[in-house]
Amino acid sequence: MKAFTCHLQFEFFTGLRNKGLLMMYYLMPLGFYALMGTVMSELNPFFRDMAIPSMVAFAILTGTIMGLPTPLVEAREKGIFRNYRVHGVPALNIMLIPAITAGLHLALVALVITFSAPMLFSAPLPENWIQFFLGAFSFLVAGSGLGVLIGVVASNNRISLLLAQLVYIPAMLLGGLMVPVEQLPGFIGGVSRIFPTTYAMEVMRAWGWGEPALGISPAGSILVLISGGILAFALGGYLFSWDQNNTTRRGPSYLAALVLVPYILGAIFL
Amino acid sequence: MSQINGGLRKKNSGGEKMEEVVLEVNGLRKNYGELSVLNGLDFKVKKGEIFGFLGPNGAGKTTTLECLVGLREPDAGEIRIMGFDPQQNPRKLKDLVGIQLQVSALPETIKVEEAINFFSFYHGNGKKENIMENLHLEELKKARYQALSTGQKMRLSLTLAMLHNPSLLILDEPTAGLDVASRRALHGLIRELRERGTTIILSTHDMAEAEALSDRLAILVKGRIRMTGTPREITSTGKGWTKILVKTLGSSLEGKKFPGLLEKEENDGYRVFFTSQVRDGLNMILKVVEAAGDEFVDLRVERPTLEEKFVELTEQAQNVS
Repeated sequence: MKAFTCHLQFEFFTGLRNKGLLMMYYLMPLGFYALMGTVMSELNPFFRDMAIPSMVAFAILTGTIMGLPTPLVEAREKGIFRNYRVHGVPALNIMLIPAITAGLHLALVALVITFSAPMLFSAPLPENWIQFFLGAFSFLVAGSGLGVLIGVVASNNRISLLLAQLVYIPAMLLGGLMVPVEQLPGFIGGVSRIFPTTYAMEVMRAWGWGEPALGISPAGSILVLISGGILAFALGGYLFSWDQNNTTRRGPSYLAALVLVPYILGAIFL
Repeated sequence: MSQINGGLRKKNSGGEKMEEVVLEVNGLRKNYGELSVLNGLDFKVKKGEIFGFLGPNGAGKTTTLECLVGLREPDAGEIRIMGFDPQQNPRKLKDLVGIQLQVSALPETIKVEEAINFFSFYHGNGKKENIMENLHLEELKKARYQALSTGQKMRLSLTLAMLHNPSLLILDEPTAGLDVASRRALHGLIRELRERGTTIILSTHDMAEAEALSDRLAILVKGRIRMTGTPREITSTGKGWTKILVKTLGSSLEGKKFPGLLEKEENDGYRVFFTSQVRDGLNMILKVVEAAGDEFVDLRVERPTLEEKFVELTEQAQNVS
């Protein structure tokens, strides 16, 4: 337990010392929040109403999908995993601890957004804090699972960035952060349901502000997000490789696509 | 493979020679695709000895060590470290074995002190206060890994390998990148660890280091162990030729041929002979010089160095292939 705590403490400080992580965990979400809050709250009344859930979701999306994979890929490429292995650091800790510390950093950012938005941009606070927290937490589980999985399967940083952007850009554009999902045209609206942001926004809007967009049951959204997150961690554990070249693993990397199953099922059945 | 018995031995109560084997490798094979890297290695390492592992680049040294520590799975063969298979019992072995890898790193932003505590906790040892003194890391304890020089990183890596007082310490090119002072400190530390009963496997390119530190050596060429034994045993095997260098005032040795002495080209006024019969060779030279009324300026007898033996074995392996 002491080893776990020491590892957790080190990883937490890494989030502040590493410029790349500092950018993805703090500077980009808060900078974007300040920009969007200033510009969009004047142009789009929807944004003011949804500023807190959309900017919290944006912070979690950026931190987990764009922030988490790179250090994992770099650590494997540089031989850090090999060093960890010979000193008995479990693979589970290598995946889980960065996800937990990312969650801690992003929780701090979410607090800043939540408490500053009413003052800065007249954004309404959530009606139900616990349900808002549950929505954000379940998205954090889903996002960090995806981030870790990308870091595990990507053979190098270029591939990692490509995979991260494949998730990040459509999830941001179609997941209800920029444009309300209900305003998207039919087919695109359907496609948006395979992105975790859609479910995160739905549960936060429904439970936190009493304004569901798609009529998806909040419990169903949470089920999709949590099961998506757990499946991503499980696939990450299965496909994890200590090898610098990421060649010796238990299964082919395309198995990672199974992580979409909960979202596809959600799109069909919810 | 030539196997020469040597190295540490213990006597049991019956007076028989007895060895406690810490590491035993039988028929170890490893391929990378079509490339065969290890072709059936067999060797044993005894408790308390420094076992040197010598070989040219690409000989398979690092692959062997990585198989020993469980980082690579052998294609065939058996490895037993203190009775444990590294693939089956990695958790047990991480407390018994200390490893300094040739290719490894730490997170860029970790501080020296943090790294030591981090790995100490994973070895179940708690915080380590004094370990940094061994390789002069005290002044670097607040430095981040990214700010360390190559030599400092190596010193940290070695310190981490020794954190938990392992029974077996595996060092892969430990002095690469170290300055003279650090190299001497490390050699001293290796000897001290041996005195305390730690068994050490030392992979190195440095012949002088291998000869000075190792109790026994294995020379690995093209995935096969060509020879094992003490440094002295290895250098005296095969042709076993000793070098005789002679410099005289006059020209008494000019044009002389000596049976059993192979003459190589002159160097700095010295005549250079190789022989396996040193006494006879010296007697012949002495007689000729004495008979001619000549005088010696210098007369030296040098046994072959490990480096010469190493080159000989490597060349033999190349010729065979």
